[in-house]
Amino acid sequence: MAHVTFLQVDIAEKKFPTVEGGEFIALSGLNFSVPKGQFTCIVGPSGTGKTTLLNILSGLDTKYQGSVTIDGNTPNEAPPLGYMFQSPRLMPWLTVLENIRIVANESARNENRAEKLLEEMDLGGFMETFPNRLSGGMQRRAALARAFVNQPSMLLLDEPFISLDTPVADRLRHLLLDLCHAHNATVVFVTHDLREAVQLGDRILFMSPSPGRVVLDQPIDLSRPRVSDGEEMETFRSQLLKDYPDILAGLDKEE
Amino acid sequence: MGQNVQQPRGRTKVRPLSPSEGGGWVRISSLVALAVIWEFIIWAFEPDYLPHLSEVGKAFWTLATTPGPWSCHRDTNLFWEIVSRSGLACNLGFTLFRAAAGFFTAMIIGSVIGIVLGHYRSLDRFFDGWIVLGLNLPALVVGILCYVWFGLSEFALVLALAINKVPLVAVMVREGAASIQPDLIQVAKAFRMSWFQTMRKVYLPQLFPYFMASARAGLALIWKIVLVLEFIGRSNGVGFQFQIFFSNFEIEKVLAYTFSFIAVVMLIETFIMRPMDRKATRWRM
Repeated sequence: MAHVTFLQVDIAEKKFPTVEGGEFIALSGLNFSVPKGQFTCIVGPSGTGKTTLLNILSGLDTKYQGSVTIDGNTPNEAPPLGYMFQSPRLMPWLTVLENIRIVANESARNENRAEKLLEEMDLGGFMETFPNRLSGGMQRRAALARAFVNQPSMLLLDEPFISLDTPVADRLRHLLLDLCHAHNATVVFVTHDLREAVQLGDRILFMSPSPGRVVLDQPIDLSRPRVSDGEEMETFRSQLLKDYPDILAGLDKEE
Repeated sequence: MGQNVQQPRGRTKVRPLSPSEGGGWVRISSLVALAVIWEFIIWAFEPDYLPHLSEVGKAFWTLATTPGPWSCHRDTNLFWEIVSRSGLACNLGFTLFRAAAGFFTAMIIGSVIGIVLGHYRSLDRFFDGWIVLGLNLPALVVGILCYVWFGLSEFALVLALAINKVPLVAVMVREGAASIQPDLIQVAKAFRMSWFQTMRKVYLPQLFPYFMASARAGLALIWKIVLVLEFIGRSNGVGFQFQIFFSNFEIEKVLAYTFSFIAVVMLIETFIMRPMDRKATRWRM
């Protein structure tokens, strides 16, 4: 089947000024493309510029050399996408429902999509609750609902399930996959957890230490649904670690 | 997955009661105790210039039912007709109007300056000296200068009030603007929220506690200064009345006006400031 490129990333260089007055090169020669509907995981140790990359894809960061196109448009001209940050980033002064509704577009409002998504995520009873009364897992579910409320064609997720206990994280991963398949969303999922990447992704892009660039592009053709810690997944992961010990050094420590 | 609803923070800790939680009875008992102490001092020490509360009450009634100065006599509508029959209401009205004009002028100008200084460090560094100067300018000096430069007018009085309060508002709002969470602004940008929505739902709610703090502090400052400015440069208002009562040593009238003034301030606190505060900070409860 011919894949139509949806996301095209060609970042020649992304620099940050340092406190000492110098420059820190976060990304250099980062090139990849993602076809529509693919779930791409970006994996790399901390400090490789993964979050910087997502900020560029979302249009939050426009100061870089190179080009990024989403469905042929620059990130700021492309239709709004869904972004789930590393922390839930809910507005503490708004209720859970208001948090979703402030980003909802007109069609989402007309269809009461915020309410429906919260119901789907077992947060129906907490719509009028303020985020500081919710557990970490519930806050992340609300953030996931916010990311999906406009049914975006592209979804960016930045280590969204970090620091959650295993059952909660697993439940949220399944929820995410269900929503992605239901809406045929193109996903860029950042993580430093190899097991999570193998469980979720259609493909993994491994990034080098800074300046970040893609050092390995690994498709994952395992059948779905994939069981966390299942034999097939574990074999695949072990083989990766064995085949690319230098590139994946440090990633097996997370498990 | 279990619904792990967190317990509201701080519920188990002992914390001071807010005035609204203290209950009406506590406040009433406290005021009665103050009245008893007042009367006890009169009984015990017989001071020359501390009238009984009953005399203050009588003075209040007289002032409230005596027609006000010529400036209140307008036949434009029923409101002015009623106000003109009560000198106390008329003078209080003038003072409140001036305080409100100075308050809102200073809040708007001070907030804009505070937001700009909070966001631009170089401007903040440059203007910080001006702010410190403004904070330390004696209110009376500002009042005298405004009256000298602009004449004994309403404009000069309101300007003097605003100049006194602007640095205070600017300093407080500057703190708020400097501590705006960029993470939340990023959320608004990533989801392409409009500028208006971002301001209303993301930016200003973060500044709200600073607005409230500056409004409260500024209001307390303005109540004090407006009386001084009326005392030295106007021909009506509570401050002007104090000048007359002071000349005639009419302490019971001074106290009658004072209590009326305090009552108005407390009504504003109870029915405007506190409900606004409660609504905006209910998420912290």
